[in-house]
Amino acid sequence: MTAHTTLHKAPAAPGASGAPARTPRRRPASPARRSGWTPWLYLLPALVLLGGLLVYPIYQLGLISFLEYTQAQVSGGEPTTFQGFGNYATLFGDSQFWQVLLATVLFATACVLATLFVGCALAVLLTRIRALPRLALMMAALGAWATPAITGSTVWVFLFDPDFGPVNRVLGLGDFSWTYGRYSAFALVLLEVLWCSFPFVMVTVYAGIRAIPTEVLEAASLDGASQWRIWRSVMAPMLRPILIVVTIQSVIWDFKVFTQIYVMTNGGGIAGQNLVLNVYAYQKAFASSQYSLGSAIGVVMLVILLAVTLVYLRLVRRQGEEL
Amino acid sequence: MSTRALLRVRRPGRLAAEAAALVVAAAVAFPLYWMVLSAFKPAGEIQSTEARPWTLAPSLDSFRRVFEQQDFGRYFLNSLLVAGTVVIASALIAFLAATAVTRFRFKFRTTLLIMFLVAQMVPVEALTIPLFFLMRDFGQLNTLGSLILPHLAFSLPFAIWMLRGFVKAVPEALEEAAYIDGASRTRFLWQILFPLVFPGLVATSVFSFISTWNDFLFAKSFIISDTSQSTLPMALLVFFKPDENDWGGIMAASTVMTIPVLVFFVLVQRRLVSGLGGAVKD
Repeated sequence: MTAHTTLHKAPAAPGASGAPARTPRRRPASPARRSGWTPWLYLLPALVLLGGLLVYPIYQLGLISFLEYTQAQVSGGEPTTFQGFGNYATLFGDSQFWQVLLATVLFATACVLATLFVGCALAVLLTRIRALPRLALMMAALGAWATPAITGSTVWVFLFDPDFGPVNRVLGLGDFSWTYGRYSAFALVLLEVLWCSFPFVMVTVYAGIRAIPTEVLEAASLDGASQWRIWRSVMAPMLRPILIVVTIQSVIWDFKVFTQIYVMTNGGGIAGQNLVLNVYAYQKAFASSQYSLGSAIGVVMLVILLAVTLVYLRLVRRQGEEL
Repeated sequence: MSTRALLRVRRPGRLAAEAAALVVAAAVAFPLYWMVLSAFKPAGEIQSTEARPWTLAPSLDSFRRVFEQQDFGRYFLNSLLVAGTVVIASALIAFLAATAVTRFRFKFRTTLLIMFLVAQMVPVEALTIPLFFLMRDFGQLNTLGSLILPHLAFSLPFAIWMLRGFVKAVPEALEEAAYIDGASRTRFLWQILFPLVFPGLVATSVFSFISTWNDFLFAKSFIISDTSQSTLPMALLVFFKPDENDWGGIMAASTVMTIPVLVFFVLVQRRLVSGLGGAVKD
């Protein structure tokens, strides 16, 4: 999330020519930037961990997706055979896959739009109120942010429970079951996702608005601009870098929702009606031991998110920022 | 402070805004309130179709059930151990790496930075399958190590990005001065740079703590037969029963699981907001 912030020039390297005259005798050359192997030494633990637990598994994921890999191969009963694009053909030929992909994209889009709208609106609201109500809203939001996804999910399911939940009682819905219908179940999960992810957007955007010079907003206000106009024509353009970051981060989080769907719809809903790609891959691999199909789904996800990342990098680069 | 002057102009507007903010705050806090409330309700009140937003007879029965039945203390310690190890190790390793990419110039530096950025986008959930086989091959299934190692690795790219700004903020002159005074590079690193970057490390650790503490997928996939190595999310699931969910137990377990994160958040809250804010202002 802070990605954009740190994209500026690194300090110019003073190099060995820096202060040779003042260098004490014990150090013949200024050690400051004559790096040699030192940076790599510092990077070593991080690179080893990332290589072993991120890069290598990605390679393995790709590999398994091209193999025949089920319980028989896992237990060593049958040799693994190369399938080529066979798994992908199976996957793409399965109408359920396309249905899940579509559901994932639509669900993630809805979550992102809702999160961004609520987060930005509340951030603007925060700038217009006094310290006490602001603190109340901040604390409530931090509480929602801090709540683990799994406990958040269980609490929301309980709130909407047809028998014992307060929501149905207040709304007079009787014993309407939210998790029974496909759309009401997705709506319920969306509410939970919104609840736990808007605080990040709100806090970040609020911090960004605070950084806008007061005179700019005052001038707009004196010119008679409405609140909406101020947001659209003054704040939003000035907040563009922050908005890009929170949007991308939301896309990535919401595209990968797992816990909420798994817990709230009990593993993907009735007959898999609430599956999203992540849960689908998990069910294929660990529930029905079709590891290669699960891996192929993982590769699809990886490719989609990589595309999002490339768009992000281009947007950042276009702003002329440097790494 | 930014908009205060212009807010004085429209007073009724501000009151409406404040009322709206309080309503939203109450709505956002309500699920947490309901969770704690339900955890303290006696069994009869929870299984009542007339759910009330208060209780006149708070009881600790649900908590007692949680701590007695499920080996819960053990799960709690496991979770704490995993999250604690990840937070500390990730902070140290990310600190070293962030120092390398900000205070040195070397070949492939930019490439590495882009890689760290891209690594943040990788859906780690998709890697559950290969990681499962990796852990199996190294005999790590059913150990806490199978949870610590992946979380440690996945927390690094973000932590490195976040720490860069903090490391960079330490003036060059300070480093020069330290060397002139005869400090070794190691000494500068740990006795001067580390304490200065520490607030940044705290802000970063929030994120690694939360992602590790909240983990559900790895805990479910890698700890398959040895429940003595389970973490809290698994303990929570035990209370879901096919016929009748034990809501009191679920809410009490959820409360116990949420409290450490809330405490952690409150402790670092100021640093977190100013860390984000400071980063944004750059």
